[in-house]
Amino acid sequence: MPQIDTSFTDLPLGQLADAALSRARDLGCTHADLRVERIRTQDITMRDARLESATDGEDAGLAVRVVHEGTWGFAAGMALTTDEAVRLAEQAVAVSRVSAAINTDPVELAPEPAYPNATYVSAYEIDPFTVPDPDKIALLMDWSERLMSADGVEHVQSMVMLAKDQKFYADLSGTSTTQQRVRVHPALTAVAVDRSTGAFETMRTLAPPAARGWEYLTGDLVDWAQELAEIPELLREKIKAPSVEAGKYDLIVDPSNLFLTIHESIGHATELDRALGYEAAYAGTSFATLDKLGKLQYGSPLMNVTGDRNDEYGLASVGYDDEGVAAQQWDIVKDGVLVGYQLDRNMARLKGFGRSNGCAFADSPGHVPVQRMANVSLQPAPDGPTTQEMIAGVERGIYVVGDKSWSIDMQRYNFQFTGQRFYKIESGRLAGQLRDVAYQATTTDFWGSMSVVGGPSTYVLGGAFNCGKAQPGQVAAVSHGCPSALFDGVNILNTVTEGGR
Amino acid sequence: MSRERVLISAQEMAEQALSLSKADDCMVVVTERSEANLRWASNSLTTNGAMRSRQVAVISIVDGGQGAASGTVSRSGSPDLAELVAASEQAAHDAGPAEDAMPLIGEATSGGDWSAPPAVTGIDVFSSFAPDLGNAFGEAEAGDRLLFGFAEHIVETTYLASSTGLRLRHDQPTGRLELNGKSRDFSRSVWAGAATQDFADISASGLTAELTTKLGWSERKIDLEPGRYETLLPPSTVADLMIYMYFTGQARDADEGQTVFSKKGGGNRIGEALTEKPLTMRSDPAAAGLQAADHLVTTTSSPYASVFDNGLALPAVDWMRDGVLTNLLQTRAWAAKTDATPAPYVDNLIMEGPGGAGPSTQEMVAATERGLLLTTLWYIREVDPQTLLLTGLTRDGVFLVENGEVTGSVNNFRFNESPVDLLGRVSEIGRTQRCLPREWNDWFTRTAMPTLRIPDFNMSSVSPAS
Repeated sequence: MPQIDTSFTDLPLGQLADAALSRARDLGCTHADLRVERIRTQDITMRDARLESATDGEDAGLAVRVVHEGTWGFAAGMALTTDEAVRLAEQAVAVSRVSAAINTDPVELAPEPAYPNATYVSAYEIDPFTVPDPDKIALLMDWSERLMSADGVEHVQSMVMLAKDQKFYADLSGTSTTQQRVRVHPALTAVAVDRSTGAFETMRTLAPPAARGWEYLTGDLVDWAQELAEIPELLREKIKAPSVEAGKYDLIVDPSNLFLTIHESIGHATELDRALGYEAAYAGTSFATLDKLGKLQYGSPLMNVTGDRNDEYGLASVGYDDEGVAAQQWDIVKDGVLVGYQLDRNMARLKGFGRSNGCAFADSPGHVPVQRMANVSLQPAPDGPTTQEMIAGVERGIYVVGDKSWSIDMQRYNFQFTGQRFYKIESGRLAGQLRDVAYQATTTDFWGSMSVVGGPSTYVLGGAFNCGKAQPGQVAAVSHGCPSALFDGVNILNTVTEGGR
Repeated sequence: MSRERVLISAQEMAEQALSLSKADDCMVVVTERSEANLRWASNSLTTNGAMRSRQVAVISIVDGGQGAASGTVSRSGSPDLAELVAASEQAAHDAGPAEDAMPLIGEATSGGDWSAPPAVTGIDVFSSFAPDLGNAFGEAEAGDRLLFGFAEHIVETTYLASSTGLRLRHDQPTGRLELNGKSRDFSRSVWAGAATQDFADISASGLTAELTTKLGWSERKIDLEPGRYETLLPPSTVADLMIYMYFTGQARDADEGQTVFSKKGGGNRIGEALTEKPLTMRSDPAAAGLQAADHLVTTTSSPYASVFDNGLALPAVDWMRDGVLTNLLQTRAWAAKTDATPAPYVDNLIMEGPGGAGPSTQEMVAATERGLLLTTLWYIREVDPQTLLLTGLTRDGVFLVENGEVTGSVNNFRFNESPVDLLGRVSEIGRTQRCLPREWNDWFTRTAMPTLRIPDFNMSSVSPAS
């Protein structure tokens, strides 16, 4: 069981908290919190099995957030000194005073028990920042060379992104939490180029990013050898594949693709700040407005979706959020009906939810916490079929594997996705890959057309490092678990025709 | 991470790091950043902040056996410089020879006042704007309208020092304002935005008047089916499409056969006409109101910029001149390999017809028999890299123009279009004006674009979003 690094716990965290919080209390704040954060990152990129860039970064600092006369104030700085902590408390109050002119909704926070001296460490085995760089580079180089040496592969782009977040939080209620989380994301993309026609195609590894350590790349959690060995043939098949005929098809979506559809069409749509309009000018709002809670038929009765901060290897799993709320799991869609939202303490209080479900996060010491996404996951059917069994039940359809491009509107209705590979299904069997495919649907129509949900054996925890939200822009990592699932009569586009050619 | 360490100046930090370096060469980039922001929804503040930060990056260059190798390590605040420099040297030794290795730049002709302290901003930058906004909230409330939006001001001072003698400094102010107006039931939604250097040129009342006009236009709702429509793309939408094209336009991917700018049979499409129209797309660090760094500073190598090119002068560059593709983004190393001209990334983008002149958007509306006038585009993603086919949504105002006048607002659409293909189909070029991209303004704000008329823009499906 890993421990929080002493280089973080040895910082004068308690003294900084005392300095900032007592100053905020003296200035009349009804709420005040201090965060001290250190985020270590490393990105290694290669092109054609040669190192392009290896950057090692660290973002560290502290921030004070207050509620003063019913208005938020936030200030962030760099120096971990008690003087700076006091200055930030004062500055946060000054910011709240400038802002009071435009605040008409007094801030109140939903109650939460105090958690003195609480700690949380994510479930990794090997801290990737303890692995020597030459070992990391050599591993990525070896994987890249395996792809480069294969027939038909002209170029290879490879990367691994590594991150370690350390966070201390303390507030006026007596909560103080210290947490450490680690995550990794390796990905390799092979490129085939047909010089005579100018055509090119790509194929990327499917292993998702995970809240795990370096063991994710070196252990047996993912069969990297097999995944890399399969890519060249899959790519050769793809570049020779026929172009899809546009129209309606039954669509089996593999978890490697469905996680992103869940993210966009359920995850973001059930963020209460979006439903209330806080993101209206930027990320957007949601069709799933608060008046529809408990009533909206989100999808077919087979649809059960949870929000989860406890999923062991989930990228959004944590012990406590940035408002001192303990991690929870809750229902978002039950038997196809909207039953829950993702909340922070102010919204929970404002809309009568009683308690926050712990979704307030800032992506860095310099940013203010906003409501961010939990691990939002589609539950498998306990006795559901395997993917093969699902394919066997489809007469004319398409099976999509792996995510590629994604786009959805600002109210989370209309989406369009592509994938790494699309297979034609004929009479219950896969009949080769198709090119130029995208699927396009409206959220409730799509989830309403879900006629088969795969069993637990098809369940995969996918995810992404790069979920964007808020202004100033914040980036968060989040996981989504799901089984394979069958959707009836989905609109399939031919992207070449769409391009007018 | 600093504990009780006192913050020393950026310049001192750079000099100390250079003097500690045992590498063959060393570069230090210190970025001092200050920022302030206000965010609001439904006529009330939601979040705000005033932040300061400093990043110190040390780039070491060592002999990698078969060529120079580089390593970059960066830390925030006031890091232990000896540790940082040592880690950077170790990273360079671990990296092996770099493909983008070139002799470092030793002389620079520009670069600002090295010894001056960093430029800073703070929450006071909004001291006249915030009350104006408060008044706008009051007026909106009285008119049964809701205002949403964001105002941000960032000032970054970047110091670049190298063992080859560079001492370059650049101050970059970046400001943006986005205003979104809605009817109380959220069924009507419109947008106005502006980029600014200092908020002195921002008029909250001017922008809210624009919103009020557009909300008025939106009172009559017209449902239209998907299809190809004559469409006026205003400057913000052109910026979002052209920024995507700019980012895609790098030489290495093109030369390797992986982009829309790759030539059948090998090489790239430089020299080829993308449109018969006299359209020019260019970047110019000195462009009025869009000033950007006139020398390269990067801490990461990529096909867009190389750490070995740090300090390289960035002259004005044409990416497309009178419709002909003239340059693709590339490092010195890649350019040397292909006998091309280095063209590093510049942080502004201008598109224009002859002399930047042409009709105003209003004049183009007046000359439209039947067509759509868009406001902004959103959630733009690449569907097919082969053609640079992009998908995305119209957002916050699709207006039907009939006989030269706006007659109502239309449902939103999902579009599928390639900016490269669009260039070939432009039927009219408007006057170039400064604008704020909607999709890209987190990363890119310095743009000036014309309104473009497209006779057959592909609205692929209807989005019920408003």
